Amino acid sequence: MSTFQVEVVSAEGQIFSGEATAVYAAAITGEIGILPRHAPLLTKLKAGAVRVQTAAGEQAIFVGGGIMEVQPKLVTILADSALRAGDADEKAALAAQKSAQEKLSGAKTDLDMAKAQQELVEAAARLKFVQDLSKSAR
Amino acid sequence: MAGAKEIRTKIKSVKSTQKITKAMEKVATSKMRKAQVRMAQARPYAEKIRRVVGHLALANPEYRHPFLVDRPVKRALMIVITSDRGLAGGLNVNMFRAVTRATKEWKDRGAEVQYIAVGSKGVSFFKRFGGTVLAEVSKLGDAPKLDQLVGVIKVALDAYRDGSVDRVFLGSTQFVNTMMQKPVLSQLLPLEPVKSNGLLEAWDYLYEPSAEELLDYVLGRYVEAQVYQAIVENGASEQSARMVAMKGATDNAGKIIGKLQLSYNKARQAAITKELSEIVGGAAAV
Repeated sequence: MSTFQVEVVSAEGQIFSGEATAVYAAAITGEIGILPRHAPLLTKLKAGAVRVQTAAGEQAIFVGGGIMEVQPKLVTILADSALRAGDADEKAALAAQKSAQEKLSGAKTDLDMAKAQQELVEAAARLKFVQDLSKSAR
Repeated sequence: MAGAKEIRTKIKSVKSTQKITKAMEKVATSKMRKAQVRMAQARPYAEKIRRVVGHLALANPEYRHPFLVDRPVKRALMIVITSDRGLAGGLNVNMFRAVTRATKEWKDRGAEVQYIAVGSKGVSFFKRFGGTVLAEVSKLGDAPKLDQLVGVIKVALDAYRDGSVDRVFLGSTQFVNTMMQKPVLSQLLPLEPVKSNGLLEAWDYLYEPSAEELLDYVLGRYVEAQVYQAIVENGASEQSARMVAMKGATDNAGKIIGKLQLSYNKARQAAITKELSEIVGGAAAV
């Protein structure tokens, strides 16, 4: 089976780099799956899970939005923030959601409001990611 | 004992200076390690987005984003990154020299040059140097955040978009290794396409959502990542330059103390000899 190179980076560092057989990601227009020799594609990502299928199994990575570039043999995901499945923590996700909600209710200006809303969306997506993960583990 | 007392005070003052430079060296060493980690963390993102944008510049979109269009240069903008504090060897001086040289080159070609200053040292330099400073930001601290930079980046992008500048350069000190840092002025806008690496010749991306929105987003991110990376790298350069400079200062202080100690001993000995000969002379006279 043919494979392609997948690189996931966030501003905090490299998250994933390796050969994969398929990548699934939450693009802005909906969930998309990328297989080898996909046509060049450039898309924005929503906050959500990115699943990378490798020969060794599936790896789940949470991204808080970002950009995905697809070339026939190369997929680059530039995440605004990212979380490896191993590092996912339900408590931390819950706390992030709570603090985002508090910020939203305390927001005064439109800018604060927009920022807080963005944070809340991200926190909710992260929580969902963690919960899905723990469900599949059980 | 004429002179001996003065020498002793001098030794004391040099010693206390040495203590300060030594402390600064140690602080710079530990800060440098942290700054290097920060630099290493920011690097993968900056590299990958540079590659994506390099592909983008090679693609043939129907929509030409202004950031990809090379215009004749009437006005250039330089974003100059410097440190907030001094005592960092030639770090900032070398940067200013590079900027001055580049400015002269552009002026010879008949283009105006404007600046954006990042860091206190740059802000005060451009006050003396003259020239139009579009924006400035300083006191970023040891761990700069992207939020602090969004303002100046927006100024640069807006100036480029509305055509008031035709080229944007980014000047910062590159971290080569602990002993060496190099001032670099690189072109930020318009984008220079990277060499094609066996990709198809005439192709374009599928864009989701629209090409215009997406390019705007990606290129904005790209510029932010480049500026952030440059600032983080400048931070590491600053700390290592300071470490080396302070090590030199500590060594020099040691040398000066040695010399002063020698002349102190000489002065002391001379005084004793003089006293002795006076006593002997006095005894002989009686």
